[in-house]
Amino acid sequence: MKFGLYPGCSLEASSREYLESLRAIAPKLGLEFEEVKNWNCCGASSAHAIDHLFSVALPATILAQAEQQQLKDLVVPCAACYSRLAIAKIELTENAKVRNELQAKYHLSYTGTTNILTILDVLERVITPEVSKQLPKRFTKNVVCYYGCLLVRPQRITNVQRVEDPQQMEEIVKTIGAHPLPWGMKTECCGASFSITRTELVGKLCGRVLDDAVCRGAEAIIVACPMCHSNLDMRRSVIEHVTGKKYTIPVLFITQVIGFALGLTPAQLGMTRHFVSTESIVSTSV
Amino acid sequence: MARIGVFVCHCGENIAATVDCEKVAKACAQLPGVAYSIDYKYMCSDPGQNLIREAIKEKNLTGVVVAACSPRMHEPTFRRACAEAGLNPYLCEMANIREHCSWVHPKSEETTLKAIDIVKTIIAKVRKNQPLYPIKVPVTKTALVIGGGIAGIQAALDIANAGHRVILVEKEPSIGGHMAQLSETFPTLDCSQCILTPRMVEVAQHPSITLYTYAEVESLTGFIGNFVARIRKKAKSIDEKLCTGCGECVNACPIKKIPSEFNMGLGTRPAIYIPFPQAVPNKPVIDRSRCTYFRTGKCRFCESKCPTKAIRFDQNDEVINVQVGAVVVATGFTVLESTFFPEYGYGQYKDVVTGLQFERILSASGPTLGEVRRPSDGAIPKKVVFITCAGSRDPAKGIEYCSKICCMYTAKHAMLYKHKVHDGQAYVFYMDIRATGKGYDEFVRRAIEEDHVKYIRGRVSRVYERNGKIVVCGADTLLGAEPVEIEADMVVLATAGVANPGAEELAQALHISYDRHRFFTEAHPKLRPVETNTAGIFLAGACQSPKDIPESVGQASATASKVVALFSRDELTREPIVAVVNRCAPPLYSTCVGCFMCQTACPYSAIEREELRTRDGTLVKTVARVNPGLCQGCGTCVAFCRSKSIDLQGYSNEQMYAEVVELFAE
Repeated sequence: MKFGLYPGCSLEASSREYLESLRAIAPKLGLEFEEVKNWNCCGASSAHAIDHLFSVALPATILAQAEQQQLKDLVVPCAACYSRLAIAKIELTENAKVRNELQAKYHLSYTGTTNILTILDVLERVITPEVSKQLPKRFTKNVVCYYGCLLVRPQRITNVQRVEDPQQMEEIVKTIGAHPLPWGMKTECCGASFSITRTELVGKLCGRVLDDAVCRGAEAIIVACPMCHSNLDMRRSVIEHVTGKKYTIPVLFITQVIGFALGLTPAQLGMTRHFVSTESIVSTSV
Repeated sequence: MARIGVFVCHCGENIAATVDCEKVAKACAQLPGVAYSIDYKYMCSDPGQNLIREAIKEKNLTGVVVAACSPRMHEPTFRRACAEAGLNPYLCEMANIREHCSWVHPKSEETTLKAIDIVKTIIAKVRKNQPLYPIKVPVTKTALVIGGGIAGIQAALDIANAGHRVILVEKEPSIGGHMAQLSETFPTLDCSQCILTPRMVEVAQHPSITLYTYAEVESLTGFIGNFVARIRKKAKSIDEKLCTGCGECVNACPIKKIPSEFNMGLGTRPAIYIPFPQAVPNKPVIDRSRCTYFRTGKCRFCESKCPTKAIRFDQNDEVINVQVGAVVVATGFTVLESTFFPEYGYGQYKDVVTGLQFERILSASGPTLGEVRRPSDGAIPKKVVFITCAGSRDPAKGIEYCSKICCMYTAKHAMLYKHKVHDGQAYVFYMDIRATGKGYDEFVRRAIEEDHVKYIRGRVSRVYERNGKIVVCGADTLLGAEPVEIEADMVVLATAGVANPGAEELAQALHISYDRHRFFTEAHPKLRPVETNTAGIFLAGACQSPKDIPESVGQASATASKVVALFSRDELTREPIVAVVNRCAPPLYSTCVGCFMCQTACPYSAIEREELRTRDGTLVKTVARVNPGLCQGCGTCVAFCRSKSIDLQGYSNEQMYAEVVELFAE
């Protein structure tokens, strides 16, 4: 199955392991990716707060390029990028004024033929019951699936039915043998881009998420968003400072845990790139 | 030669603002067959109607066209005026130049020309109009009441007490409905069962009421005054005449762990059961889907214990047809539950319950015998959080409406909880407090001021478990949206009141309309609140929208008065807008060839076979005949008829063609 791919900045930098693990599992699942050529910033976290038209123009440029490459389905692994692209698509199809302004100002031609998919949409398609039966390994951990905000919200954009209790990630991790726990914090705020400006706030918010995950008895938190990951993983020392507690629970990308089930090595999955040790998972899963 | 009067109405500014009414009247005066044409500011007013009455007499009119609003609005008005002046009312027609013209076009010459065209077509039709006479139909003075909750009970008693027969159908084994499940009732805190059960008994003992419990209405045919209802009496698997209701069978049943519907799943019942001790009728039924005998062919414990040998395993469902003149729909509502609130943990945590479950916990006849004990471990909860608007007024959840009863029952819950657990603390999260009934606001104030229930204005974002406590996260919007976190022992959700699961099917079986929330729709939201759009079918209680007890009872009595008014007449008149198969002189008798295509096409089963015989009794031919009592005037048969032998009175093919031809004339 061939998909277009828009990695965005995080997947090339702070969340390299996300892209590495995605690329590592792709051939095993029959996935092929064609990257959007000459891609630019999606504008996430800042553009839409400053200039609406510009915030649509940035992702629209990406979409126009994807169309030129005739990419029918475009995978956007980063939840923030996904949200920006999906919002832009809706603006371009529903708002004639914005579409015309963009055409006049940036000479963008866009027809709206590209489907925008999250990583979950793709994994859900390729990990069929047959694939699940033939996996070399099982990832038999008690996990909690953390969605954060942008994978599910705003509902108008994502069309997720149960915004407060989504099940897509749970269904996927079940197919590789994991035990997803019922969890009330899966769509709580991680603090997102306050990571830089108000790190203490992220410490407080992520503290609640971690605390509850540990209380539930989870052995790992599974995520599909670089922002969630960096806040829960990279900001661990801040979280511990704010809450005054120690948390050892690792935070893994969904592509990494699927990699385990596919029999890939920790190095292939970028397991050493985490701030919080993934040893507890690596030592028992490989 | 026709002598038609044309009356053009200004409708104040509604028509005159965009249409030159005077010009319309003048143009129409020139048309063939028009004897009189005039415009007037308000034709529906008394002077306006008088204009029509006088003109009919003075000008000796043979037809009237009123160019004004939609016939749905004022056709009856003008036809009545014509009848008063001695003109057959069906010779009067309306030309709609308001909704179809003045309201939808700007002021212009073309708008006036369109208005003239509209009037012209109707004049062409009226030239062909024939006098028609209303159809008289008898009234069966028996009412069918569907649903045996408080609304159905009240309606049945009121109609029966007025001297008419009532058939009350209830799908559960007992009447009583939701009110039987309630603990105490606001705003007086009188015991729900204490005030309800005497009414239930009265229904059972009333000589004019026939009660069918464990039964459902499958279909309804006919029309006002003359319905036939098909009722399925589900097999109760007991002989009701022999059964004394002693309960030996209930004790004998080895299957004991079935979640009790009456206790909202908080208690259990056996497979042969009486829903609650005060049930009417107080006789058990066998739940065949759970009974060991019906599942495996072995057991029959209950049969062996029955002292009167009343158990009937071989009983079948019985389907009966009853003739009724009016139908009262009082099928009630249900409350949302289960997966609707993943964020509020319902279904995940045993101690998060719905309001109706909490009623059972508070009820003296409930699973805890009235002691407030939480479902998970039976402990007495010391902190209870009540969340109102759980689903209601939440467009994101698809329920924009207010469920109306929750503010009050939540105040009652919190109050009763405090009365039973003195050292307990009750919190209520609310959006607004809607306490707009007699004594209602005082009741809520009492909960806050005397019983010290803590009301927090704000929404709850989520409910989750932490160290054995249920954590309720919300915001206090009166403190600047300050986050609030309460570690509770129990959470009660005032979930939205919604239509019953089978509401849609029932509405379709009865041919009544329902809204997008599947609540049944009244004929007019203000002026006809208890009637449906189908004549002879009325609404009572929460099947129309969520209602509390006083309101349900009030509506039920209103409905009963409508039924009694209907039954006060011996016959009803119907509009003669029905299809007719032509008859003509021998030797043809009728152009109908007896193919009966019309019979298959008719949605109302109104077409019968009629044998035409000569005077000595020889059969000439079998032709179609339309039963005017059943015909609804839809015209489907007219379109189907191969030999053009059927016509719709008042809308004949000739009249329709005349209208169309007129439109394209010149």
